[in-house]
Amino acid sequence: MSLRTLPLLFLNLGGEMLYILDQRLRAQNIPADKARKVLNDIISTMFNRKFMEELFKPQELYSKKALRTVYDRLAHASIMRLNQASMDKLYDLMTMAFKYQILLCPRPKDVLLITFNHLDTIKGFIQDSPAILHQVEETFRQLTEIYGALSAGEFQLIRQTLLIFFQDLHIRVSIFLKDRVQNSNGRFVLPVSGPVPWGTEVPGLIRTFNDKGKEVKKIEFKHGGHYVTAPKEGSFELYGDRVLKLGTNMYSMNRPVETHMSGASRNLASRTQESIAPNPLAKEELNFLARLMGGMEIKKPSGPEPGFRLNLFTTDEEEEQAALSRPEELSSEVLNIQATQDQQRNEELARIMGEFEVMDQPRQSASKGDDLLAMMDEL
Amino acid sequence: MFRRERSIPLRCSAAALCNNLSVLQVPSRNLTHFGVVHGPSAQLLSAAPEGVPLAQRQLHAKEGAGVSPPLITQVHWCVLPFRVLLVLTSHRGIQMYESDGSVMVYWHALDSGDVSPVQAVFARGIASSGHFICVGTWSGRVLVFDIPAKGPNIVLSEELAGHQTSVTDIATEPAQGQDCMADMVTADDSGLLCVWRSGPEFKLMTQIPGFGVPCPSVQLWHGTVAAGYGDGQVRLYEASTGTLHVQISAHARAICALDLAPEVGKLLSAAEDTFVHIWKLSRSPKSGHTEVEHCHAECVPDTQVCGVRFCDPSGSSFAVTGYDLAEILRFSSV
Repeated sequence: MSLRTLPLLFLNLGGEMLYILDQRLRAQNIPADKARKVLNDIISTMFNRKFMEELFKPQELYSKKALRTVYDRLAHASIMRLNQASMDKLYDLMTMAFKYQILLCPRPKDVLLITFNHLDTIKGFIQDSPAILHQVEETFRQLTEIYGALSAGEFQLIRQTLLIFFQDLHIRVSIFLKDRVQNSNGRFVLPVSGPVPWGTEVPGLIRTFNDKGKEVKKIEFKHGGHYVTAPKEGSFELYGDRVLKLGTNMYSMNRPVETHMSGASRNLASRTQESIAPNPLAKEELNFLARLMGGMEIKKPSGPEPGFRLNLFTTDEEEEQAALSRPEELSSEVLNIQATQDQQRNEELARIMGEFEVMDQPRQSASKGDDLLAMMDEL
Repeated sequence: MFRRERSIPLRCSAAALCNNLSVLQVPSRNLTHFGVVHGPSAQLLSAAPEGVPLAQRQLHAKEGAGVSPPLITQVHWCVLPFRVLLVLTSHRGIQMYESDGSVMVYWHALDSGDVSPVQAVFARGIASSGHFICVGTWSGRVLVFDIPAKGPNIVLSEELAGHQTSVTDIATEPAQGQDCMADMVTADDSGLLCVWRSGPEFKLMTQIPGFGVPCPSVQLWHGTVAAGYGDGQVRLYEASTGTLHVQISAHARAICALDLAPEVGKLLSAAEDTFVHIWKLSRSPKSGHTEVEHCHAECVPDTQVCGVRFCDPSGSSFAVTGYDLAEILRFSSV
């Protein structure tokens, strides 16, 4: 499908991840300076120039497994640690949120506005760090340069590519159920009222013209919805009113991330098929991961800064319970790489992820892909 | 008034593509065949009149060089004078099968030689015209295949140039008499429509410019082009001259599919706004212009519709597919 989808997918999912982490850090009463450090570290890693360069190269979307591994790594880019169950829940929330935004996106081009909404809020998290702010604005400029010129048809292809990526995911999220944007069967509500997309007319009119192009008849018909004209177009500038609310932070102090994620109701048939079939693309995907994460400059903790564990659930017991009751096929997605505080293990992982600065001599091998596979088997 | 009939379950959900439902009516055997694209696979199934599924088959896009399994863009039955072929288009090329999907009779790989790394390569838009099958491509080229009465000796006979952006859909109709000029229309991502006359060599007759939105779906009825656009509009043009006859603000989101019951002049439109509309087309005896009347609006709640087809020649029943939906919804008039 479209080869321009990955940056949009990554940035929007990353944005959702930051919204959720920010809310949990505050809910768990993590000291403000630690919380700020975590967000700064993650954002700085996300928007690192080398990493962005890799991301923006035209390429196909890789599997959900490969993408999930990138976020695992990103979430551990700082002193914060997440258990498997919390990481799973975080990823599910991120994915369903962006799926919702894509589905409800009025025009395919508006996916860019959704991305800008995420970037605008991210800039709010790092107001006090001009260096990181500059990185984010640089990415903004890159987005504008690449996507600003795309046609409506190309945006339609991007949207279709994203929807295919999210196909068959129907995880029920409490905050969505409560807001009635998701039904109890996991499907999102598609409203038939409200403003039409910018550039679309409110349905209901049949206009007839003569050979000279003059309108000769106008008839109304009942179209079934309750639409109104769009008030104005969202801004695609560096600063501006995006108008669209999709992609803004729906978690706030008053709307906490619910701890009861009501069950996972995916289409089990298609999911099982995907995980059973041997993946002939494993090597290609590992190459992709190596390239992408090679650009991730993960900061090592500078001093004896004690790490802490973030819990996406209210209690440790809940987290344990969630880990136990999670359906098998949902957990099998994850490439089991957990960044820990163990310095030696960190070095090994760093080597695997392609950060050759840590080693004195880079490992000689015919193909980096084979290299990674071999190393992962050793883990 | 229409009522919901029994749905036909699918093995896999439908993908968010346009024109994502093909229907082959086989009245002689009291069967209806359905074809739906899931992503890397497409599902064919046949059903009895009450919607009872009888047989099903899954087809895949032919593998090729590339990182991920190739995605199918469309699946469509082509009814030719002496045979029916099933055509499957993907990001690798064009596959043609016997109508039940059992045997592949032809494979055409897309040439992606000089393509810039940014460009997605695919085939999309399928229609038959006489003994030809026409298939659109990502570049705008329309490939014309000459199909023999039987056997696999299919030949690429022509490549039509007319579009500068990716083809979205193709529609044809039998030539309407001696002085009929146009029997094929092709549409693309820029909204441009090209009207052709078929023959040993296809001739470009008219071009109808777009206006900044894609035209994902197009139909042709008695010399009238019916086009559905990304901004929810349905427009009717005189095919031979390109004159706009009717403009309908039909939907609140992008139109994903149009279908026609040519014997009765009924037009079906479906869009991402969850609505399906039925329209009645007619030619005014006074002006000779096409006129439209709205017949019916059907809301498919919380479903981003991706395909719609009439299931009988009188247009009294239709089927709908939706993104993420693992069933074919059926409606029939009461």
